[in-house]
Amino acid sequence: MKPPPFSYHNPKTIPEALALLGRLDNAKLLAGGQSLMPMLNMRFVLPDHVIDLNQVDGLSYIREAGEEIEIGGMTRQRDIEFSDLIRKKCPLMHEAILQVGHRQTRNRGTLGGSLCHLDPSAELVTVAAALDATVLVDGRNGRREVAFADFPRSYMASAVEPDEILSAVRFPVWPDSHGYAFVEFARRHGDFAIVSAAALLEEDGAGKILRTSVTIGGVAAAPVRLPAVETGLKGAKASPELFREACEAYRKIDALEDVHAPKSYRQHLAAVLSRRALEAAHARAQQRPARH
Amino acid sequence: MAETRKVALTVNGQGYEKEVEVRYTLADFLRHGLGLTGTHLGCEHGVCGACTILIDGRSARSCLTLAVQADGRQITTVEGIAPSPDQLHPLQQAFRDHHGLQCGFCTPGMLTTLLEFLRDNPDPTEAEVRVAISGNLCRCTGYQGIVAAALDAAKRMRETKTAP
Repeated sequence: MKPPPFSYHNPKTIPEALALLGRLDNAKLLAGGQSLMPMLNMRFVLPDHVIDLNQVDGLSYIREAGEEIEIGGMTRQRDIEFSDLIRKKCPLMHEAILQVGHRQTRNRGTLGGSLCHLDPSAELVTVAAALDATVLVDGRNGRREVAFADFPRSYMASAVEPDEILSAVRFPVWPDSHGYAFVEFARRHGDFAIVSAAALLEEDGAGKILRTSVTIGGVAAAPVRLPAVETGLKGAKASPELFREACEAYRKIDALEDVHAPKSYRQHLAAVLSRRALEAAHARAQQRPARH
Repeated sequence: MAETRKVALTVNGQGYEKEVEVRYTLADFLRHGLGLTGTHLGCEHGVCGACTILIDGRSARSCLTLAVQADGRQITTVEGIAPSPDQLHPLQQAFRDHHGLQCGFCTPGMLTTLLEFLRDNPDPTEAEVRVAISGNLCRCTGYQGIVAAALDAAKRMRETKTAP
């Protein structure tokens, strides 16, 4: 349970880090270390080089960027948890982050690290999918933008290439009046969710659904959204019956099966948790001030 | 020959300069490099919370932090909590009074975690205390004594206006 030998690098700038990535073979980027360090301790990974991003300037911030919120890749989960801007403009992320690990891991864990690690059950991955985030990736040829729908490539593998760095993520902001909810089922508080559901809901004053986003985490290699369900809800009047019927679609997802839960149980949770998330989001949409 | 680096850090108010293997975790460095064996190692992969220490006042798992990453930082371990060798911190005293420990293995992580938590939240509810220690496993007490100790410590510190 000790990390294997490696060479350690602590660049101070992104260009320096990119140069190291380009030059060194079998290198791993170290962000908050809350996933990589256990993998090193258990020797699931054997890198020749560890490039520590903790001293790189300018990767930790939360700021408004036009209609969106931009968060630096090395921003600690704790800073997201205690950010007034996130609580106000992106309450779904605030609700989700309280369920990410524990106090001690949120103090170290980062947004970018969580997204690049891409655990199928990670709350922040589900939130990024729910909000249609844009991932900003730096490489030798400059910066490129990746829509989050294209970010997961396969199981725990992201669109960030081995010689690139996730430098920031932009999250679109929903109107102040929107309803939101992040619900999950986990064995213990702070564990990865077996299944999670994120719901966003924009309604008119009479409860008619103008726009919605429903995302299921933990059921597949990447978060699942079913555009047909979201479009189907649009224009309908929110009600428990509507949500119950619509969410049956999530029972048909081709779900993962592992030691924690069989496929059928994940499918059941997907249908139940999506309904609960929509109901909670609807209740909040009713309470929050209407748009006009 | 394993790669090493020189680190300079402060642990419990005392400065240290040491050559350390870059693959060494902070937990192993504290225990073997500095002889501060109060920090315990249970699982060594970030689950049990026994190795929790404070880095610049923020709780962290020292088994998931490299010693080289502590360069230039202020570290607090369980050895640095008491105000003097013959006096317990109010939090430690409350653990003693409420049977907050039995075997003592989880205690260093519980104390450091709660120290940070009570700074953030000096007047917590029982539910908030339980969430705060959700990342620390205890196999003896059933957590009841620990929760009672944390709540009583918070009360004592508020009454005596002691900073955690």
